[in-house]
Amino acid sequence: MSVRVWKIYFNIHAGLIYSFLYFPIIILMVFSFNQERINAVWTGFTFNWYETLFKDAELLNAVGNSLLVGFFSTILSTIIGTLTALGMVRFRFPGKKILDAVLHLPIIVPDIVMAIAMLSFYVFINLILGLFSIIIAHVSFNIAFVAVVVRTRLAGFDMDLEKAAMDLGATPFKTLRYITLPLIMPGVIAGALLAFTISWDDFMIAFFTSGVGSTTLPLKVYSMIKFGVTPEINAISTITLLFTMTLFFIAMRLLRTK
Amino acid sequence: MNFGIKSNISKLIAKKTIYLGISFLLLLFIAITGCSKKEERKLSRELNVYNWSYYIGETTIKDFEKEFDLKVNYDNYSSNEELFAKLQTGIAGYDVIFPSDYMVKIMIDQKLLADINIENIPNYRNIDRKFINLPFDPGNKYSIPYQWGTTGIGINISEISENVTNWDILWNEKYKGRITMLNDMRFGLVPALKKLGYSVNTINSTQLEEAKQLMTKQKVLVKAYSSDTYIDMLKSGDAWISYGYSGDIYQVANNNQDVIYVIPQEGTNVWIDNVCIPINAPHKYTAEVFINYILEPKVSAGISNFTSYSSPNREARKYIKPEILNDPGIYPSEEVLEKCEFLQDVGEATKLYDRIWAEIKSK
Repeated sequence: MSVRVWKIYFNIHAGLIYSFLYFPIIILMVFSFNQERINAVWTGFTFNWYETLFKDAELLNAVGNSLLVGFFSTILSTIIGTLTALGMVRFRFPGKKILDAVLHLPIIVPDIVMAIAMLSFYVFINLILGLFSIIIAHVSFNIAFVAVVVRTRLAGFDMDLEKAAMDLGATPFKTLRYITLPLIMPGVIAGALLAFTISWDDFMIAFFTSGVGSTTLPLKVYSMIKFGVTPEINAISTITLLFTMTLFFIAMRLLRTK
Repeated sequence: MNFGIKSNISKLIAKKTIYLGISFLLLLFIAITGCSKKEERKLSRELNVYNWSYYIGETTIKDFEKEFDLKVNYDNYSSNEELFAKLQTGIAGYDVIFPSDYMVKIMIDQKLLADINIENIPNYRNIDRKFINLPFDPGNKYSIPYQWGTTGIGINISEISENVTNWDILWNEKYKGRITMLNDMRFGLVPALKKLGYSVNTINSTQLEEAKQLMTKQKVLVKAYSSDTYIDMLKSGDAWISYGYSGDIYQVANNNQDVIYVIPQEGTNVWIDNVCIPINAPHKYTAEVFINYILEPKVSAGISNFTSYSSPNREARKYIKPEILNDPGIYPSEEVLEKCEFLQDVGEATKLYDRIWAEIKSK
């Protein structure tokens, strides 16, 4: 009996916590359909804010920048991250422990430290800020995320399959191409999606490393918010949220399937 | 096992990476230094403009691009400090920026601004004399006035029926819990100092002490000290009386018909935003052409008609909408304007202001 009481208690507890986490987001989404410009009162349903969004050239430009940064930083970091993970699992080499620790640094280090470090580096090498500098910064922290995800996948990897392939005359490259990569592909794609999500959401690092013509979506929203939160901002947040959530769910699904 | 071979290979790879890295850096260096020296009076194909959000005419940039056949990269920032931080890196790459008065002074002191060649800006003569040669940049070597405004009181007239003409309303006990004040040691003291008839740049400690007493007395009535979120409170009707920036309050008035903006007759402070060129701007001449363009009477009026800020451009007045031109909150009478002051650097007294503000906030 007491077990049943506990169960009910846990359900209520969990329900409260979930609503605490998700209620603000639901409110945000609901009010993106509100007719009234002033946020507090509901006056009627409308798609107006979504329409104005798609007509706002500056905003669309920011979306374009975000996609561009996300796309290139994801491709680069996925390639480097996957190779790093393979190297870390396969080989023993001097300094491996140090590399292992350093590799995780971007996950642990606060964004702001990372951002300032990147900025000081760019100042040092005199690189003019812009899309290029954001992409480089995003690649540098995304490598860690991709490597971690791919490594998890490699943990359950049967090395004998590779040995068998080599035994039958496959070159190391062919083994990688036809045996290893297809097997770890779900991990690689999950890593890539995660990298894209992080890049798409990033505010702090883009804030510091953006330059001429490289306003990404989060930066644009931030500069809009200074003039009060309009339903337009709710609308863009809703779209962003759905987009990232979709990517994240796909990534999680891929990781779960064996 | 064959560790030797492996470490040899890794050494080789390391060497190669270092060479590659060095040659890459060299190339970068050449590319950057190579394109920094050039250009006399020749339009570039691009111009990099960094401005506040919603702070230019709806078509200004597009019209400029069309007329001069070049591309404008237009980015936004949301505070003077953000602009300052970006500029200080020295690698931001912007050609035109719009800092406020006090920030111009800081940027001049930090040697971040370029000398503007006034010969390239004949429209400079359109600017009202009142707005040139101001204390933050004597002789306008580095800055050209862009738009100006005041701080004053936003009133929700559906809740407040009395006619507001002076600062006293901020001390009226009837409106307890409905008043918001700017959260800034300099701006925050303006109402008290002006109510007492003192200068907003006073360094007299007795005058400041009096202002402190007034502010402490007011504190129980104040709902919030805020420099940005008060906009939403005023908009939604949570706050009825807000001491804030003219531009912010007009922004609210556009959304909420009940809100009006009042400049108290004792005077207030005025601020002005300016157009400047950063010291290492890649397209300086084109930037000057752009500045000249936005000082054209019609273009300048187009900007002010959109932003509802006051224009220092005398010639533009003809084209500014009459309802804006006749609004005493945007273009106050000479009489009121005479009692308004720019906030100036108070030097050593900054500490005094800081202490007084802290005491008010912590009481």
